[in-house]
Parts: sequence; structure tokens; C-alpha cells
Amino acid sequence: MAEKREAVIRIENLEKQFGGRKVLEGISLDVYKSETLVIVGGSGCGKSTLLRHIIGQLKPDAGKVYLFGKDITKANEDEMDSIKKRFGMLFQSAALFDSLTVEENIALPMREHTKLDDHIIKIMVKMKLNQVGLRGFGHLNTSQLSGGMKKRVGLARAIALDPEIIFYDEPSAGLDPVVTAVVDKLILDLSSALSITSVVVTHDMNSVFRIADRIVMLYKGKVLQIGTKDEIRNSKNEYIQQFINGTIEGPMQFFAPDEGYLEELTK
Amino acid sequence: MNILQAIGRSTLNAGAAIWDVFALFFKTLYWLFYAPLRGKIIGRHYIFSQMVFAGVQSLLIVFFVALFIGMVLAMQGAYQLDQLGAVRFVAALISVSMCREIGPVLIALVVAGRVGSAIAAELGTMKVTEQIEALETMALNPIRFLVVPRFLALIVMLPALTIMGDLVGMFGGYIVGVYNLGISPGLYIKTNFDFLVLKDVMTGILKSFVFGMIIAMIGCYMGLNTKGGAEGVGRSTTMSVVVSFILIILSDAILTGIFYFASV
Repeated sequence: MAEKREAVIRIENLEKQFGGRKVLEGISLDVYKSETLVIVGGSGCGKSTLLRHIIGQLKPDAGKVYLFGKDITKANEDEMDSIKKRFGMLFQSAALFDSLTVEENIALPMREHTKLDDHIIKIMVKMKLNQVGLRGFGHLNTSQLSGGMKKRVGLARAIALDPEIIFYDEPSAGLDPVVTAVVDKLILDLSSALSITSVVVTHDMNSVFRIADRIVMLYKGKVLQIGTKDEIRNSKNEYIQQFINGTIEGPMQFFAPDEGYLEELTK
Repeated sequence: MNILQAIGRSTLNAGAAIWDVFALFFKTLYWLFYAPLRGKIIGRHYIFSQMVFAGVQSLLIVFFVALFIGMVLAMQGAYQLDQLGAVRFVAALISVSMCREIGPVLIALVVAGRVGSAIAAELGTMKVTEQIEALETMALNPIRFLVVPRFLALIVMLPALTIMGDLVGMFGGYIVGVYNLGISPGLYIKTNFDFLVLKDVMTGILKSFVFGMIIAMIGCYMGLNTKGGAEGVGRSTTMSVVVSFILIILSDAILTGIFYFASV
């Protein structure tokens, strides 16, 4: 069934090196229309780098990234701009412009990319704020907001132009469990009510199993497995089991082996 | 060998940085002149708010510095000219040196310290908190939204500040000349303007125009290339002031040399 669906994002054999170290090694994956795909992996596995390639912030050494059927590794600036207007992005730190108020932050993409009248923009900003549950907070400065509120304003700004895809970079980073659940619910609401395609990068397994339709597991720049929640949960792969259970013992080694320690100390 | 390697590496780094600054400069010119022709116009309110910050809010400190420099020049000039019995030429000394040299350079240094550092700190903070990246993913070019307004504000406001600062400096000289050295007000003003020709004023304005470009480009470059958290922002801010100071003095020497030898 999945094969017949339209892929809005297609990644083919993506490779990237930073200073001789391979960060992405031949990643291929499809993201289908209106699904929520979660990219999971440990710190430094390349998941943020992968996301930066999909939104066109980084250029790959090899491989292709198609967004809405267009190869963005070859797109020029004007073509890239028109693609960028079709997706939104929620940053890890929310990345609100601190010289602007909450309202102005959300209004900025509409002011710059549409010819809408100012009072229509004001109404739309209020609607976006209501969608993330922050009605009446528009006049605040961004410095007056808590971490969770910043994330929600960032989300309101990401959906300002009614995007077809939203990218989330670590949406639960730095939030308490309740606020994390609130943000997760917003992600679910947006994808079900507006049938937006969502791509989420995270390592918070609780929220992964709450929001994901499909899960991509990355390890050392490679795709370990792509599958539904149940397929990942019941995976035979030892790395995946270690990761979702959060155990120290397993194939991922965090401590150097004991052999040779004495020589190293006395060298 | 290690020393040679270090010298080689830092030369390469400096070369790359100079190249990057020029690349930023040409991109700024593109967004300033060419892109508006293709309908990508820069919002006026962005430019005006930068002009207020760079220009209007710098008035007080520029006037303060210019006034006292004028007074110091008068006292120093009188000390030397008195030995030749030519104290009244203090007025000419101040007006010409203020317009050609001291005014543009000192006011540029003050503005580099106040505005250039603020640009580097603001853009640097935006960079390390992902705000620059957020602009890019919203298809809003950071050069168009952040660099061009600051560049325009500085190349307009620094010459304007310089003209006003020159006048205030002359007034500082007038205070010392008339109330301390006992030159009559009419004679002082006459000497002040008799020796000042339009060329002197234009030289100074041209210099401050170049200094404005330097401050804007270095501040923006340092800000946009900030790496690594709060410490990085501090480093960029310091570097923007240090590099701007060096480049202002260096380009002043070059420009003065050109004007002197070409005897424009």
C-alpha cells in the first residue's frame, strides 16, 4: 500500500563528509504525502545533518534530494526560494527573531512573501496563535516567553504560509514531559487536520512512539532500518533494541575496553 | 618548520577571510542595486531603523568627541604657532585638519566602536541561535534583510555625522581661540573659512564614505561568521572593532596618499 503513495521527499544515496569524516554514507529514503516520519538516532549519528540536506542548507558530496519532485541539489536560488515557501521548519531553539514581538515573528513570512493587506495578516496571525494555543500572547516580546511557548510560537511561524511539509528539529529538546506531550499533540493535530507531511528529528523515544507513522533509525551515517512503530519495536537489530530501551550494554560502546588502559596511563 | 607551517596557515586563513569579505561586499552590491530591479525591494522600515541607530543615536558621542578634539587641537596648535607669532592661524589649522583628516578618522573610529561592534554582536547572536538559518529557510536572504540595511545606513549616516562633527570640532576650536587665546570672533571665523576649500571637505566626506563601508562590511562579516556560542559572539565583537580600526587607519593612509600625490 505504501508503495503507491506519492513521495513528496525522495533521498537517493546521499553522502557527506566533514573534514574527512563520513557523516552520511549512502542514505536513501522516501517520505510520503501526509505521513509523519521520525528520524531517530544517537547524538552524532548524522540525523541533523540529514535534515539540513533536505531543507537545502547543506549541499551533499554525492546523491540527490528531491522535494516535490524537484532536485534541490541542482536548484538555483530562485527555484530554491519557491520550494522553501512550501515548507516550514521548527528549530531546536525555536530561533525566534528577538528583535521582533511574537506577532511580528509570525507575520514576517506573510509580510514578505504575500501581498496580503495588513489587517488580514493581523487576523491570520491571531488564527495561527490560536492553533498553537497561545491566543492573546501576540504582543509579548520573545524574551518574555518560556521554552515551551517559544517552541509553540516557532511552530505558529512555521505554519504561517500554510506549508505542505513541516520539519521539526528536536521538538522536545529542553522541554518537560507535559510540554513535550503538548507539542506532540500539536504535531499530530497539524498532520491530521491539515494533512501536512511531517519530518521529525528526535531522540526522545516516548514522543517517537506517540507521533510516528514510520520511523527511520540512523547509526553512524547509515540507515539501520525503516519501518512502522511495531516493526521498530519488535526489531531483531541489537543496536535498535539498545537504543529504544536505553541500555548501556549492547553493540554501541561508550567506554573504551579495559585492555591497554594501564599502558596508556603509564606511557 | 613548525613556525613556517604556522605562518603559512595563518596567511592562507587571512587570504580566505579577505576573499570572503569581498564576496560579501559584492553580494551586498547585488542586493542593493540589481535585485531591486527584479522586484526584490528592501523594506524601507528596516533601513530607517538602522539609520536611526547608526546615525541619530550616535550624534551625542560624536559631538562630544569632536568638540573636545577641536579644543585640544586649538591648544596644541596655539602652543606651536605662538613660537612663530601666528596664533590666529589656529583657526585655519583646525578647520583644514578637522575636515580632511581628524574628523573623518576619529568619527569613524567612534562609530566603529559603537555601531560596528553592535552589528557584529547582534548578527553573531542571531547566527548562534539559529535565527540566520531560520531566515534562510523562510526564503528570506540574510544579506538582503540584515546586511543591506546596515550597509546603507552606515554609508549615508557616517558622512552626515562627519559633516556635523567637523562643524562641532571647529566650534570647539572657536571656544578656545576666542575665549582663551584672545582672537577676535570675526577674525577667527574669517580665518577658519578662508583657508578651507571645498576640496578639503569633499576629501573628508569621501573618506568617511569608505570608512562607512569598512565598518558595515567588517561588522556584518564577523557577525555572520560567528561560531560557537556566547564566547564566539564576544570574539566576533572584539574582532570587528580591532579589524575595523586597523582597516580605517590603513585606508586613511592610502587615501591621504592618493589625494596628496595626485594633488587633487
